[in-house]
Amino acid sequence: MSTPMPEHPRTKSWLAKLAAITDMFAYPLRTSHYVELVNPLWSTHRLHARVVAVWDETQDSRTLTLKPGAHWRLHRPGQHIRVGIPVQGRHYTRTYTISSPPERDDGCFTITVKKIDGGRLSHHIVRNLKVGDYVPVGLPQGDFYLPDASPIQPLFITAGSGITPAMSMLRSLIQQQRLPNTTHIHYAPHEFDTIFGKELRKLNAEQPHYRLHEVHTRKEQGNAAHFSRERLEQFCPDWRERDCYACGPPGLLAALEQTWEEAGLSQRLHIERFRAELAPIPDDAVGGKVRFARSDLDVDADGQTNLLRIAEDAGLNPPHGCRMGICHTCNTTLKSGCVRDLRSGAFINEPGAIVQVCVCATAGDCELDI
Amino acid sequence: MSTKRPLPVDLTEDQIDEFGREMDAIYYETLESRGEKDRLYILRLIRIQRSMALFGRLVIYASLFLLPAWPHALAGWGTTVLVMALGVIMLGVAKILENMEIAHNVLHAQWDWMKDPEIQSNTWEWDNMSPSDRWMYSHNVVHHTWTNVLEKDLDVGYGIMRVTPMQPWKPAYLLQPVYFVLLMLLFEEGVSLHEQAIIDVGEGKKKPREILPLMKHIGQKIWGQVRKDYIMWPGLAALVSVPISLVVPESPLTVFLLVAGANFIANIIRNIWAFVIIFCGHFPADVYNFTEAQVEGESRGQWYIRQLLGSANITGGPLFHVMSGNLSHQIEHHLFPDLCSNRYPEVAPRVKALADRYGLPYNSAPLWRQFGTTWLKNLRLAFPGGTLPPEPARA
Repeated sequence: MSTPMPEHPRTKSWLAKLAAITDMFAYPLRTSHYVELVNPLWSTHRLHARVVAVWDETQDSRTLTLKPGAHWRLHRPGQHIRVGIPVQGRHYTRTYTISSPPERDDGCFTITVKKIDGGRLSHHIVRNLKVGDYVPVGLPQGDFYLPDASPIQPLFITAGSGITPAMSMLRSLIQQQRLPNTTHIHYAPHEFDTIFGKELRKLNAEQPHYRLHEVHTRKEQGNAAHFSRERLEQFCPDWRERDCYACGPPGLLAALEQTWEEAGLSQRLHIERFRAELAPIPDDAVGGKVRFARSDLDVDADGQTNLLRIAEDAGLNPPHGCRMGICHTCNTTLKSGCVRDLRSGAFINEPGAIVQVCVCATAGDCELDI
Repeated sequence: MSTKRPLPVDLTEDQIDEFGREMDAIYYETLESRGEKDRLYILRLIRIQRSMALFGRLVIYASLFLLPAWPHALAGWGTTVLVMALGVIMLGVAKILENMEIAHNVLHAQWDWMKDPEIQSNTWEWDNMSPSDRWMYSHNVVHHTWTNVLEKDLDVGYGIMRVTPMQPWKPAYLLQPVYFVLLMLLFEEGVSLHEQAIIDVGEGKKKPREILPLMKHIGQKIWGQVRKDYIMWPGLAALVSVPISLVVPESPLTVFLLVAGANFIANIIRNIWAFVIIFCGHFPADVYNFTEAQVEGESRGQWYIRQLLGSANITGGPLFHVMSGNLSHQIEHHLFPDLCSNRYPEVAPRVKALADRYGLPYNSAPLWRQFGTTWLKNLRLAFPGGTLPPEPARA
């Protein structure tokens, strides 16, 4: 079984007690901060993984084999992790699906990353990360996985690097020798740049319960290149009886949602989106709606008044100090949308970015953690 | 427009605005250029600092194996003290690096731009008795916003000293050379109790009960620090020495006191050094102070000029700058408090050139001159009178 066993509670409390004592030697840090100096994988205050192998799947995608540090927990096939990567000094976080099955013996896992045009982070991962590097990672998360108990017949619909969760599921089911009757429709530009193309075709040939339909979008003409109800009926006539697990670009997922909704089968469609959308940067800062998430309050704001003032006018009293951008007491997190730094004119639109509300105004709509 | 000059400078308002714009240009240009190099700098520094702190403590432990009670040839007080002093210096230097070049600057949000969750101003807790959040308030908000403004900036004399003739004299200041030395030795403790609320209680404006949660918060931090340096590390050494004392005639109490004493001296080293550097920031000769009326409604350019006139640099080499947390570039630090400190040396010549062009003073001198005049001013201002720096300020 792939379900991780819960850690033995008694050992854990015993270790926690010991750590509480050793932490007194390291105060205000923790023992782990010093253990980390010897080996980052031993630290317990944050999770690292070491790159132990890299493998090029296609000309622009790469599989990294990662060895996670202490306190790692096994994933369920289909789950994803957050990976933090510093690029030009700045720390970015992206989410990647684990492509390996949890049944690996060496305690490692793999992520498969495709280089996106203009994607700062994916470029860095595919081109610059090398064996021996350490990357901060998060624990496996997400509810996109096959149920353990109920016997289902999956239909996978994947496109491009959206293959990764399906690959983890397929590999796991095969290792456990319990692969059910499975249909898989996969979209990729060409035969040669299909991620895991060789392995999928091998499965198709060897596994009696597995049927693969590849669609090469650059070769097909017109509508045949994209998802449609007709093509679905053609590849998988019994799609209404199956549970569909889909991962791919927003266009594909929208088409799927529509199809399944029209058939009244939305509950049987399970979707994994892999890209958070950045808010568009408006051409002219005209203001917009500001949402103070923690206070559950929406107000209209212009593009010139600082957000601290907006919050105060709305009756809130967020922490603040200098009101001129030097003390950082008012720092808060941008949850969504876009704001403009009134000093430099720079736009901030990445969710999770730190915003100094005393010197930023909204640019379009925005949501703040106040 | 009032005819009274808001600042003691010989510039028109347009010139001041232009000065502010040029200063902004330096600031944003440098912010833009931050990158991988800066990240490697702070990460490497943190690694070095933590390794040094740990190694220093282990060297202090190692020196215990040289106590005269041991039957080997190297044993003796001479070698014990020598090795222990080495450990103490390493621990002291590590504490200096942590407090000054790392924590002070991290808590200024200088490294928040990296978005590294480990190096963020809102989560960093420093190796100091003052809780980070309290210090950030009294330092970033009060001191950096109201730099050198009487009655507003609590750092003007720290509420116990007269550092400018603008402060009216009172007899208590006669003792300020004594406070000066005491604060130097107990700087860490002084910083942790450096709170407007405590002064208010002393003046009867607040009841002691009102500041109880604050004192509890500070007390917890102090307890954590004391427990580490004066209970855990000496205690572990004493514990290990109990079975050894059956063979080697050395009392565990001596061992405990030696380690606690070594940690105490390391803390004092850090206190003295931090005090010397920090007092050279705003108290040497020719540093200006301001009144609240002078800074009312001040523009960006006026703010920059106040920071320039109210701060003083110390000249020195690269190692000296790192050891002083780049507070030897106090002027640049006050102009650009959230620019990462490793960039101060490179903006300093540009700031100086700009100040020269506008005929503004740029107070920079070696440590002996800055600390010397600080000390002399402290002695002079213990008595009534004293001289103000020349007005208008000219280079």
